[in-house]
This record gives sequence, C-alpha cells and structure tokens, in this order.
Amino acid sequence: MVFEVLDKPIDEKSMRTALNNPSAGAVVTFEGCVRDHNEGRQVQSLEYEVYVEMAEKEGVRILEEARERFGVLDLRAAHRMGPLEIGDIAVWVGVASAHRAEAFDACRYVIDALKHRLPIWKKEQYTDGSSEWVNCQRCQAEVHSP
Amino acid sequence: MKLTVRYFAMLREQVGASQEEVETTAKTPAELFEELVQAHGLTIDLKALKVAVNEDFVPMEHALSDGDAVVFIPPVAGG
Repeated sequence: MVFEVLDKPIDEKSMRTALNNPSAGAVVTFEGCVRDHNEGRQVQSLEYEVYVEMAEKEGVRILEEARERFGVLDLRAAHRMGPLEIGDIAVWVGVASAHRAEAFDACRYVIDALKHRLPIWKKEQYTDGSSEWVNCQRCQAEVHSP
Repeated sequence: MKLTVRYFAMLREQVGASQEEVETTAKTPAELFEELVQAHGLTIDLKALKVAVNEDFVPMEHALSDGDAVVFIPPVAGG
C-alpha cells in the first residue's frame, strides 16, 4: 500500500502496473481531473497547497482502513500539489481485489475519504481574473453590529 | 511555553507567513487561536477550522504541551 503527494504529474500507467497481483480478479482505478468549471464559474487553472507530512500520514491511514473494511488485496493512491492545468490528473486511486464488488466499494471509500480528510486546499483561478479558496467562501467570522 | 504554528491556504495569506514560533500561555488550541486573531488580525472564524497537533486531528480543547506543532486546518478541498 502506497500513498504519495506528488509535485510532478501522476504516472497512472506505472501506478496501475504496481497493482498487478496473481490473486486479483479485479482492479478498479479512479482518476480525478481538473475541470474547466466549478459552481457556475469558468476555471482557468488551480493550485493545491498541501500539509505534506500530515497528508501522507492520513492518506496511508485511509488506505489501511479500506483494506481492513473491504478485505481487498492492495491499494495505491496519489494526490498532486502545486499548480495544475485543466485536464491534469489531480488524484488517482487504484484497488486490487479477488472480486469486483469490494474493489468498487473500497475505491469509492478511499476517494471520498481523501477528499474529506486530507489537509489539502485548492485555490481556483477563474477566467475573469478572480481567484478563491474552494470551500472557504463562508469561513470569515461574522461581523457583529453594535 | 513555546509552540510552532504553521499556516496554510487562507490562513497563510492572512498571516503573511507559513510558520512562526509562538511564546504563549494558551492552554488549548481554542485559546491559542484567540491570541493569533489579536496578533494577526485574522478574520477567519474558529468554527470553520479544525486543528492538528503533531500531525493528528485533536479537539479544540486539547491540552497543549511545550514544543507542540500546531496547525489550524481551514476547510479542505482535495480531489
């Protein structure tokens, strides 16, 4: 089981090859890509900022949870950091297991947990020149009027 | 006691630095955050944040120890 935070493109072919296993009747992989729009706005590019030490620790923990919970043979995942362009692979998850059902379930569990738990932040640059930290639109403390 | 505080994303931009050593009497992350709000004029709401001490998520009332590495975690957006 390997989880990596990468500042270079994810090599999905070699990640897939690393999951080869004679006992695996199923390999499920997921690629999350940079999309050209989000919540009605046109995205130009984006940047991921990562608390690397903690993300690596939490990422491995998530893969271990999925292996125990679904009884799969092996899992690998990677997440990008730094600037990305439209179409780039931002996150990759692969699961090898004896049968397909637990491979699909484990893959879904891992991608959902990675999105919710990894200390990773995304700043989107929009085509109109503005930019924003995603999910932090309502982070500002309310200003109380006297 | 002395703590290391690291900042990411919106907090890093508001503080204007990615890390600092802080001498504090704060006993918990919640108390520490109030000091940082005063020191840096932060406008981010504590209720929007989680906190990690030495790379593990902990409650805001967790007891801090000398030498701890503290990171307030704004809403994440991986994937």
